[in-house]
Amino acid sequence: MGLGAFKRSLWVFHLNTGSCNGCDIEIIAALTPRYDVERFGIKLVGSPRHADVLLITGPVTRMMKDRLLRVYNQTPDPKVVVVVGNCGATGGVFYESYNLEGPVDRLIPVDIYVPGCPPRPEAIIDAIAKAWAKLEAMEAKK
Amino acid sequence: MKKNRVQIPIGPIHPALKEPIQIEVELKGEHVENVSITLGHVHRGIEWIGLRRNPVQTLALAERVCGICNIVHPLAFCTAIENAANIKVPERAEYLRVIYAELERIHSHLLFLGVAAHELGFDSILHYTWLVREKVLDVIEYLTGNRITKAILMIGGVRRDITEKQMPKVREALEYYEKVYKKLCDVFLDDPTINARTRDIGVLTKKQALQLCAVGPTARASGIKKDIRQDFPYAAYADLDVEAITPDVLLNEIRGDTFDRVVVRVLEIKQSLELIDRCLKEMPDGPILYEPMLQRLLVQLRQVAGEGVALVEAPRGELIHYIRMEKSEAPLAWKIRAPTYANLSSIVPMLEGCELADVPIVVASIDPCIACANRAIIADKNAVLDQEKLHALSVNKTRALLKGGSK
Ligand code: SF4
Repeated sequence: MGLGAFKRSLWVFHLNTGSCNGCDIEIIAALTPRYDVERFGIKLVGSPRHADVLLITGPVTRMMKDRLLRVYNQTPDPKVVVVVGNCGATGGVFYESYNLEGPVDRLIPVDIYVPGCPPRPEAIIDAIAKAWAKLEAMEAKK
Repeated sequence: MKKNRVQIPIGPIHPALKEPIQIEVELKGEHVENVSITLGHVHRGIEWIGLRRNPVQTLALAERVCGICNIVHPLAFCTAIENAANIKVPERAEYLRVIYAELERIHSHLLFLGVAAHELGFDSILHYTWLVREKVLDVIEYLTGNRITKAILMIGGVRRDITEKQMPKVREALEYYEKVYKKLCDVFLDDPTINARTRDIGVLTKKQALQLCAVGPTARASGIKKDIRQDFPYAAYADLDVEAITPDVLLNEIRGDTFDRVVVRVLEIKQSLELIDRCLKEMPDGPILYEPMLQRLLVQLRQVAGEGVALVEAPRGELIHYIRMEKSEAPLAWKIRAPTYANLSSIVPMLEGCELADVPIVVASIDPCIACANRAIIADKNAVLDQEKLHALSVNKTRALLKGGSK
């Protein structure tokens, strides 16, 4: 993966759609000094309108469905969607619940899955690197 | 809406919130006049799912009520089942449970301190506390095999022992925190910036705390000396003389403000370190599990008829699990009352009168865990549930339970 075509820092928006917090704190752990993704220019931003990558955790509860769709539509193209954790990918331990609209890929297209409940920060960083490569490929095609 | 009033919705998706919750504040000028809170975004129907699985399977579910407190939830769940089934937990396991629970408290309080600093815009402190926190995660991983969801508790004990060989690493971590603790005190207790942003902000008086049934550090910061570990000891806490920590231990006064809530948590880190140290020294030898054969345990649990309640002091306060078993594979009823649920209403008096810019830190100061608090949802958007209807619903539920069916 060459870092040629995608010439800016990668900005990431994190959306919790009903997760247990496990994945969310691992995402924050990836940002803080031990793992420190900011050294690669990866930054968590406060608005989906600034983001290149959507990091989604949680199995999408009924109340979060519309919000998820809205956030997805607010994120400018090209974008990559990363689902962090088992419960976003399949429903995980909550799969039979009455209050779920998910998993995430039933509602929006997903590019990268990070399995684990929760996955380790290393795995999350790996997923973001893959997202970066995918964005580059998209930009190169333009 | 009256003139001169501005309504500002915060959440469910907002950079100042780590979890989906909706807080609507009504402002007059810069000051908050009215607060309303909407919950339900993280409701996953965990208790309902738990009524469809056997208790050992549900253990994994109990861990995933909350990704931060995933020792105390299974601990409360196991204790409730053990109470219902009259299972006696081996003594060594009781001590091990205390060690794991206190390790979790350290990680959770450090996490809180980081989030609090972040809400103040003091990100270097966020990075510092989270760096320090990695050490306890390392120890947890070393002892249990996992960083976050530890999967260490089992009905009737714990899954893994702490061996003599593992002790040095745990001790080393304790020493590390002894050292770091001084710096943490410096950073949080003597820093003028933190002082200016938290002193006398978001005050909850003792009377209000009592009226609103606040629990845990939120209540202790307002001067209520209550702590389940002291009042209704579980696991090995009865041997350890835990005392509830209130801010006057250090400051000789109690104001019940955001600063006090930070102080209580900083002091509790120290308390946890001492508890772990004592447990490591005093832990008796012996088995760590009541029944190592899963099949036999399940057969025994299938014979149980009765109910069990467990009270546990989670990092955020009093956690209650209720279980009712009726000689079946799955429990007949399972109810969780998480500490944040009790604490949320305290946010309202704290916020009233404070400035908009202080809303994030005041909300964060009760260390809310929204994932724990979402235990019910109203499916019909237009339904209005007043006190009468809610009361009728709970009466019905109790009746159904007594008759032996609530699924
Ligand atoms: S994948 Fe597991 S750890 Fe992550 S949010 Fe879902 S239940 Fe929690």
